[in-house]
Amino acid sequence: MGTFRRYIVQRLVASGLTLLGVSCIIFLMVRLLPGDPARVIAGLLASEEDVVMIRRQLGLDQPLHIQYGRFLVHAVRGDLGLSARTSEPVMREITSRLPATLQLALISTLLATGCGVLAGVVAATRLYSGLDYLVSVATLFGVSMPVYWLGLLLIIVFAVQLHWLPAAGAEEPGSAILPSLTLASFSVALVARMTRSTMLEVLGQDFVRTARAKGLREYAVVYRHALRNALIPIITAVGLQFGALLGGAVLTETVFGWPGMGQLLVESIFARDYPMVQGIVLVFSALFILTNFLVDLSYVLIDPRIHYD
Amino acid sequence: MTDTRAQHLETSRWQRWSDLWRRFRRHRAAMTGFLVLGTMLSLVLTASVWTRHDPTRQQLSEVLRPMSAQHLLGTDHLGRDMCARLLYGGRLSLLIGGMAVGIGLVIGVPLGAVSGFRGGLTDLLIQRLADVLLSFPGFLLALSLVSMLGVGLQNVIIAVGISAIPSFIRLVRGSVLSLREQVFVEAARALGQRSGIILWRHVLPNAMAPIIVQATLNLGSSILVAAGLGFLGLGVQPPTAEWGTMLGEGRQYIFRAPILTLFPGLAIFLAVLGFNLLGDGLRDALDPRLPQLHT
Repeated sequence: MGTFRRYIVQRLVASGLTLLGVSCIIFLMVRLLPGDPARVIAGLLASEEDVVMIRRQLGLDQPLHIQYGRFLVHAVRGDLGLSARTSEPVMREITSRLPATLQLALISTLLATGCGVLAGVVAATRLYSGLDYLVSVATLFGVSMPVYWLGLLLIIVFAVQLHWLPAAGAEEPGSAILPSLTLASFSVALVARMTRSTMLEVLGQDFVRTARAKGLREYAVVYRHALRNALIPIITAVGLQFGALLGGAVLTETVFGWPGMGQLLVESIFARDYPMVQGIVLVFSALFILTNFLVDLSYVLIDPRIHYD
Repeated sequence: MTDTRAQHLETSRWQRWSDLWRRFRRHRAAMTGFLVLGTMLSLVLTASVWTRHDPTRQQLSEVLRPMSAQHLLGTDHLGRDMCARLLYGGRLSLLIGGMAVGIGLVIGVPLGAVSGFRGGLTDLLIQRLADVLLSFPGFLLALSLVSMLGVGLQNVIIAVGISAIPSFIRLVRGSVLSLREQVFVEAARALGQRSGIILWRHVLPNAMAPIIVQATLNLGSSILVAAGLGFLGLGVQPPTAEWGTMLGEGRQYIFRAPILTLFPGLAIFLAVLGFNLLGDGLRDALDPRLPQLHT
């Protein structure tokens, strides 16, 4: 087996094991609820028959390892149980809400990559200039700003005061602009900081001096030589941020009433719909683990010097 | 002879702290963070000096009042004084951040230290645990835990604390891995000291600098996560004042009284900014190799 193929298999196994661990924790969380989970899920007003039915329906009358095994087998088949609130399959509700969340996360990732990398490169190539200080202050504000507060401020300015954009929902044109900007703010700042510090390291290396000595234009030196060598930490940061964006979507979707998985999660928590909470958290974590796996694989395309043996 | 040696050790320890303070004081950003947090802490700890109002007392005749001499920051939808709620709420927000980081430190540091120092199966198991905890994106781990444990101050602290653990495990393991190969550890081993003693007395004190920096930065992120839970209605419950809860309550009046969301959000932002500035400054001050201290 080639070294790269072996590396892929190793990473796949590691990701699979991590997902197994995550599923175990998510499974145990519901089982470790104080009191009888069936009673908690059924609610205070439920009759004893209802509680018994829910207990049987969820397999809570079986030993723990049998319950976990069944949970895993069903999850692999895409069956995450039935929602305690709507009695609809959890997976169907998740797949209907997932595109809206992915739309926000992808737009925000594109913004984070484009604006963050550009700001970081500009700051690094104009060290200690006014622009550098501006980027440093803006990124510091970006990583310190609560996204839920930024979202509210944007609503006050652009929806309440200026009437330029809708305050909530996803139906009207332009309704994705404010949620995407809100969600992207933290990631733009983080990617810009990472790009600045990595570019500063790379720009001080000998090959950059050589490229300049050859008479290459500054644009080519910075973007074709230096940035390409600074890409690995930047791609890692972007990949990790995609995961953070999925988590951040919970708050952003709540602020803007965006009909995604995040809002569904909050609604499910309030409704004590534990099968739904369990399913959403599992899908979010699986997406995050998948992103990390893809980031690991992308290294070979970016830097052919990396050995995988 | 022993007295002279002890005196010398005491002087060099004092010298080290004085050097650290000198480097820290020259760091403009760090001093800004220090001042912001110092001011904030003084204000919330002396809240009763600045306001006579009870933060939970409802006055339905005073609902949504604008800023005035009587109510410096106005009143909320139940006629409660916003200034009092902001000051008393700050105590809780900062307390949650501090306690959560405390949990992260108490559990994460020993686990990371043992993982890095012992290696082998122990290391493998602890690292897989950290991997799994880090696979919950963003603040989803704290959110899931609170959804299971239930809302309220104690559960928020536990949830945010648990989500802070893996970053300490990773950080401490990394530091210990490089320190355990150092000559002073080898010397301690040669003298017959037990592993636990070497780890506790020699290795961990040398790994303190990154732990302090991480703890400072984590204070900011823990406040952010806890306030996020409060904002969703899953944190500290009303009528108790807490910045995130206040922001969540104010959101419903965003069209009529946007000011209700302005001040709690600003307070969270300033606290997180303060801890980020302080953390960056401490990192520079604790790393003698860094030449620039004026950023």
